[in-house]
Amino acid sequence: MATASRIYLGLVLVFLYAPIAVMAVMSFNDSQFYALPIKWSLRWYADLAGNQRLIDAGMNSILVAVITTVIAGVLGTAAAIAFFRYTFRGKRLLQGLLFPPIAIPWLITGTAMLLFFFWTGIGRGLHAMVLGHVALALPYVIIVVGARLQAFDPDLEAAARSLGANPWQVVRYVTLPFLAPGVIAAALFAFAVSFDQFVISYFLAVPGVSTLPVEIYTSIRKGFTPEINAISTIVIVASMTLLVGVSRFYRFGGDR
Amino acid sequence: MASVSVRSVSKLFGSFRALDDVSIEFDDGGFYGLLGPSGSGKTTLLRLIAGFEYPDAGAITIGGESVERRPAEKRDVGMMFQSYALFPNMNVFANVAFGLTVRGVPSGEIRTRVGEALELVKLAGLEKRRTHELSGGQRQRVALARAIVIRPRVLLLDEPLSALDKALRTGMQIELKRIQREIGITTIFVTHDQEEALTLSDRIGVLRDGRLIQEGAPRDIYERPRTAFAATFLGDANLFEGTVEGDAIRLDDGPPVRTDDPLPAGGTRVTIAVRPERMTVSAGSPAAGGARNEIGARVDEAIFAGNSLTYMLTHGARSVRVFAQNTGAEPVAAGAPVRVSWNPADTIVVDA
Repeated sequence: MATASRIYLGLVLVFLYAPIAVMAVMSFNDSQFYALPIKWSLRWYADLAGNQRLIDAGMNSILVAVITTVIAGVLGTAAAIAFFRYTFRGKRLLQGLLFPPIAIPWLITGTAMLLFFFWTGIGRGLHAMVLGHVALALPYVIIVVGARLQAFDPDLEAAARSLGANPWQVVRYVTLPFLAPGVIAAALFAFAVSFDQFVISYFLAVPGVSTLPVEIYTSIRKGFTPEINAISTIVIVASMTLLVGVSRFYRFGGDR
Repeated sequence: MASVSVRSVSKLFGSFRALDDVSIEFDDGGFYGLLGPSGSGKTTLLRLIAGFEYPDAGAITIGGESVERRPAEKRDVGMMFQSYALFPNMNVFANVAFGLTVRGVPSGEIRTRVGEALELVKLAGLEKRRTHELSGGQRQRVALARAIVIRPRVLLLDEPLSALDKALRTGMQIELKRIQREIGITTIFVTHDQEEALTLSDRIGVLRDGRLIQEGAPRDIYERPRTAFAATFLGDANLFEGTVEGDAIRLDDGPPVRTDDPLPAGGTRVTIAVRPERMTVSAGSPAAGGARNEIGARVDEAIFAGNSLTYMLTHGARSVRVFAQNTGAEPVAAGAPVRVSWNPADTIVVDA
C-alpha cells in the first residue's frame, strides 16, 4: 500500500513538473532545437540580457505587481478589519460579493474591464492594468487577512483602548502586529495574482508597453526562441521562492 | 480614585434589553461585586462604565464628571478582562508598560512604574517573559499590573478568577483584596460566583434580566434578601408560600409560622425564605405553640460531609434542605418523621 501510494505520488509530481523541468533544462542547452545530448551553455541568458523588449516588459510586470500589492494590501486589510469590527446593513451581501470575481473567467472580466475603461475614459496602459489587478487581488487579500482575524480576540483592542490608546495606536500596536503574518501572506498573493496575470493584462496593454506574460506570448507568436525558456526559468524560480514564502508565513500564522 | 454613579441606565442590543433602568452608586475606594447569572446584564454594566458601549438612556459619572459619551481611551478606567487579553506580540514588560507608552510617559519613569506594579503583583523578575510562557495565575497578575500601572480612577474586573483552578482562586482572592486595599482604588468586579462575591465585596449588587434586584453589604443581602431570586442566588434558601393570618403566616401545606419582618394585611399571599443552616432537625413530631416555628417533615437522605450534614427532607409536596453542624450525635435516619424548627427572626418575607 505504502509503495503504491508512493508511486502514485511520484507520477503526480512527474506530471506536474516534467514540462517545467524540460523547459528549465533546455534554457541551458546551446541548441535551439532541443538537440540531445545537451551542450551546456548560458547563451540564451546572454541573449536575454540584450533583449530590451523582454527586459522592459519584466520591469513593467514588477512595477505593476508592486503597486498592485501596496494598494490591494492596504485597501484589503482595512476592509477586512472593517468587516471584522463593524456590523452594518448589507454586510453579508457585501461579503458574499467578494467571491464571484474569483470564479468569473478572466476572459470575461478582461473584456468587461476593457469596455468599462474605454467607456469611462480610463483607457488602456499600465495605470489601467494596475486598476484591473487591484480589483482581482482585493478579494484574495480580504479573505486571507479575514481568516487571520478570525483568531483575533476583540478584547485585545478593548484592552488597548482602556489603557488609553487612541484608535490609530490600537491598530498600530495591537491589531496590525497580530495580523502581520496574514497581511504578508496576502501581499504575496496579491503580487502573484498581478505578476502572473496574462488575460487582463493582454486586454489592457497598449502596443509597445506590455508586461512579461504578454510579451512572452507576443514573441512566441512571432517564432519561438529559447530566450523564452530562459526568462520563464527565471520567473519560475522567483515564483517558487514567493510561494515558499507564503506557505512559511501561513504556518507561522497558524501556530500562534 | 473616584466614585462612580450609574443613574437610570438602559442598554438595548437590537430588541434585547440588556440593562433596564439600573441605578447604582459606587463609593470612592470601595470594593463592589456585581453578581448575577449569565445574561443578567452585569458584564454590560461593566462595559458601559469602561466606555466600550454607550448607554441608550441614563447617565454615568466618574468622580462627578459625566462620561457616558466619552470613549474608553479617555476615561482613565483600568480593566482586567476575563480572557486577560494580554498582547501576544509583547513580553511582560511591554504589556504592563503599554498604557504608559501610548501616553508618552518618559522611558525612565515607565521603568520605575512598571517595576513597582510588577512588585505589587509579585512578578518582579519576569519582565522579559513572553506571555505564552506564563501560567494562568501569572497571566492574571500581568493583566492586573497592566490595568493598575496607569493609576486609573476606577478598576474594573470581569470575572477575575473564573479561569483559575480552585486552589489558585482562593489565594488570588486574598491577593486581590490586599492589592485593592494597598492602592485604595474604587474597584468593581463582575462574577456569577456567589462565594467570590461574598468574600471579596464591601457591597454587592445582584442583577437579573437587566435589572438591579438588590444592592447592599454582603451580610445585609444574605440576611435579608428582598426577592426569592436573591435568596436562592446568593446562598441557599428554602422557599415556602403561605397566606397572612393575623401576626403569622399560614403555610400552604403546614402550620402558621411567625416572622420578625413586617407583614402585609391578612389574607395576602406571601413567600418566605429560610436559610438551611438556621433550621434544626430533631426526631419526633412538631408541637404547636413554642417560641420557634416548627413544621413536620420526613428525612429522605442525610448526606455526611465531614464537618457538616445536609438533610434532604420532604415537607408536604416540597423538598427542604437543612445544614447541620457535625456535633458527634448520630444523624437522624432516613425515612424517620422529624420536626424542623427555626426562629421567627430567620423567617424572611421575600417578593416571589
